[in-house]
Amino acid sequence: MEKLYDVIIIGGGPAGLTAALYAGRAKMKTLLFEGEAFGGQIALTTEVENYPGGALNITGPGLVARMAEQAEHFGVELKKENVTDVDFSSKDKKVTTSKGEYFAKSVIVATGANPRKLGVPGEDVLTGKGVSYCATCDGAFFEELPIYVIGGGDTAVEEAVFLAKFGRKVYIVHRRDELRAARSIQDKALNTPNIEVIWDSVVEEISGDGLVERLVLKNVKTGERTEILADEDDGTFGVFVLVGYIPANELLKDKIALDEQGYVPAGEDMKTNVPGVFVAGDLRAKKLRQVVTATSDGALAAIAAEAYVEHEY
Amino acid sequence: MLELNRENFETEVLKKEGYVLVDYWSPSCEPCKAMMPAIEELAGKYGDKVHFTSLDITKARRVAIGQRVLGLPTIILYKDGEKCEELGADVVSAAAVEEMIRRHTGA
Repeated sequence: MEKLYDVIIIGGGPAGLTAALYAGRAKMKTLLFEGEAFGGQIALTTEVENYPGGALNITGPGLVARMAEQAEHFGVELKKENVTDVDFSSKDKKVTTSKGEYFAKSVIVATGANPRKLGVPGEDVLTGKGVSYCATCDGAFFEELPIYVIGGGDTAVEEAVFLAKFGRKVYIVHRRDELRAARSIQDKALNTPNIEVIWDSVVEEISGDGLVERLVLKNVKTGERTEILADEDDGTFGVFVLVGYIPANELLKDKIALDEQGYVPAGEDMKTNVPGVFVAGDLRAKKLRQVVTATSDGALAAIAAEAYVEHEY
Repeated sequence: MLELNRENFETEVLKKEGYVLVDYWSPSCEPCKAMMPAIEELAGKYGDKVHFTSLDITKARRVAIGQRVLGLPTIILYKDGEKCEELGADVVSAAAVEEMIRRHTGA
């Protein structure tokens, strides 16, 4: 038998790292897989203004780096390996990664969520060719070019402000006639001179030969279509799709119960339908997906895993 | 890994004989930086078969766009200056890069 951990945590975002911190402090033998792309969604965002106690200028990557450091301080093992399979059918749970197999008495799944796609023609083939889901990754490509941000929530509007530092002009394309983003974020956007909102509009098609060259928008109220073409001098423009998330549940299908949207249902004890398997963070079915709710889930999941290992295992 | 720039991209990639791997990245791209140690490990392992390089796109944006790279992280394997295969942000990982190297070079 390989080394048996008390708990294996899958996911290196705020939920997983907080679970690791609590498990580590409880002296559980803890292993966390952060995957190759560490930090979860929050590591891709520029500013985190709504995490209490975080300084106003803290960045997403800065925050998760501190969380990781804190977890390691309490003896948690962090591994940069992508988990490829899980087996929860035995008492000892098996987690397989690109590098090997690991066993634990309990597992906390905190794989989070991935960006939602628009699902329009041209989107897939032009991803990385002008279509992007990560403003901090790809903003710099579009210096002095027009940028279209699709979406109207916190992430979309916040990242539009960030992208306005690069782009000549940033257009927020939103399907409603008002933004959903928090008031303070909206005000920042509306006070940025090179940001304009295109209301009541959705993307119908993206096209181009190897690069984004054309975007077709449809006004949902009038039905009118607008075709946007890249300037001849520019050659291209950016399309940042920031329309929410879908649960990262690929590992879990047929392994634990999911709800209709693909999230893992669990109450405040973070228990899934499989004894010894817990969920935390954006992957859990809940109303508010924020760093602050992710960390709360992580703490509760670690406490629940500790109780399971002590009393039920 | 050799750091590329506007001046040496042509000689080190487009005019280079054999296999060249270019890791396109930027300082604000967290997934790029997270993946980099694993790519350096591959450079140690396959360095005799493939010339490993990286390009910070903030220093050579037009070079990257010229290669049709507008998303990060992107890793491209070239042979004799021609693209053999490209791994974009949606599929790239150290494991996928290793698999690509083995498939093309027979390593």
